[in-house]
Amino acid sequence: MSVEAHDLKLLANDNRGLSELENGTGLVGWHEVTQGSILPSFDGDATGIAHKKSEERTYSGYNSYTATVASWRVEKPVYNRDICIDCQNCWVWCPDTSILSRDKQMIGIDYDHCKGCGVCVEVCPTNPKSLLMFVESTPFEDALSTWPEKKKKEK
Amino acid sequence: MAEKYDLQEREVWDGNFAASQALRQAQVDVVAAYPITPSTPIVENYGSYVANGYIDGEFVMVESEHAAMSGCIGASASGGRVSTATSSQGFALMAEVLYQASGMRLPIVLNVVNRALASPLNVRGDHADMYLGRDSGWIQLGSFNAQEAYDLALCAFRIGEHHDVRLPVMVHQDGFITSHTAQNVYPLTDEAAYKFVGEFKGVDDMLDFSRPVTYGAQTEEDWHFEHKAKQHKALMDSRPIIDQVLAEFKELTGREYKRVESYNMEDADVAIVALGTTVETARVAAEQLRKDEGIKAGVVAIRCFRPFPFDEVREALANTKSIAVTDRSSPGGAMGAFFNEVTAAMYTSENRPMVTGFVYGLGGRDFSIDEAKRIYKEQMAHIEAGHITTQIQQFSGLRGPKLGFFETKRG
Repeated sequence: MSVEAHDLKLLANDNRGLSELENGTGLVGWHEVTQGSILPSFDGDATGIAHKKSEERTYSGYNSYTATVASWRVEKPVYNRDICIDCQNCWVWCPDTSILSRDKQMIGIDYDHCKGCGVCVEVCPTNPKSLLMFVESTPFEDALSTWPEKKKKEK
Repeated sequence: MAEKYDLQEREVWDGNFAASQALRQAQVDVVAAYPITPSTPIVENYGSYVANGYIDGEFVMVESEHAAMSGCIGASASGGRVSTATSSQGFALMAEVLYQASGMRLPIVLNVVNRALASPLNVRGDHADMYLGRDSGWIQLGSFNAQEAYDLALCAFRIGEHHDVRLPVMVHQDGFITSHTAQNVYPLTDEAAYKFVGEFKGVDDMLDFSRPVTYGAQTEEDWHFEHKAKQHKALMDSRPIIDQVLAEFKELTGREYKRVESYNMEDADVAIVALGTTVETARVAAEQLRKDEGIKAGVVAIRCFRPFPFDEVREALANTKSIAVTDRSSPGGAMGAFFNEVTAAMYTSENRPMVTGFVYGLGGRDFSIDEAKRIYKEQMAHIEAGHITTQIQQFSGLRGPKLGFFETKRG
């Protein structure tokens, strides 16, 4: 599987992770900040938006979806499609909605919002696991090429 | 549809009952409360109005005052008209969440029945809790009797919910002296009261699914200052809108309120500046001194403690020669906060009158007409001497050796 598929942008127009969460960017004066520091999540009318997939939603610049916090991560989960059984355990447990799944099929990881907590690896039931943690800088090819063999049952 | 509540043209209500009737007439949607003496009957009565069908609302019984204000914030952010009541320790426990409400610009109305803060434990009225809220970003209105507690509660919804304001509002009344003293109160009809308060019109409602919003954003050194400055400006800018709402209330009822009230101030040489029920005591003393002893005494009362009426205080006291500012809260190692604020205003006035401060009435200690007269006469002595003849900070009505601090360097 390709390396790009790991850091998945679902659609070309998906606005996930466009901006870095950095101090001192986009600063405006007191007269331009929002009243009550209340932030609208979407641009335009959001009626029925809960029924749309994330890549189809009009997330606003205030929404964390459009920001990336990839730099917070020290270790990253790497996903192995060849072993995954699409049980959706990782999708259920991920605290940052960073497991991307469509039609009950695991398709990748949102590396813009994954903090590298490792919960997905813990709850993965396959043998060997279909998700494993690697040091952030490890190339995906290296990670996949060093994937462990199936463990035999101990007698 | 709510049941009809029978009202007479003139009712005999205490301050608590009066405030609770204002909540009923404003058709408050949610009251989240943890009752505390002496404010208990306000929320208790609202609960009974809900239970007996007099109002279509929700009474949420929570586990603490911290949770009470948190519940109010949730309901207000969702898009409802929200109110609650508290006092003293409850107010203190609420303090953290008060700042959240004002920071999120939620127009909650909090009825505060002023009571001393422990320790020692005390259920009587002083202004320690009111002072604790003075930097919290809320509008703070002060009532001096039951009628005013009712009137100002109605006005509070109008002011806070005004889209050019959108700030929470406290309506203060003195514990027991106002809250438990039954007096004549002239209520509006339900129709007139609701018409005056008006329909709640939401802003950034969380239950508006066409425009979902995030409340409670985190800001650090790069954003926080701008948000707080904007909030402060909103408080400052609420002043003309408060005036406008009070003027409309006068048109409706004939009852006139101002952010700063002046009594016998036209030609006053000496003045007592006060908050709460003390105002009425000082007014009687001033009247008697004028009649019996020819002393030109007057009273300046702060109706709107926040935003602080700097200009109006200065104007009201412009021609006085000596002023006594009264603080009903233990100042904790400083001059009284109210003394400081009035003095700051007077420092930039043309004639800079002499100002002394009196800490008084702590824990519900009575403030008598005679004591008010004594304070007036002390101001007259300052005028005669041409300088402050006593210590600048004194304690009024305190037993034991005379306690006071600081002397003037002028004159």
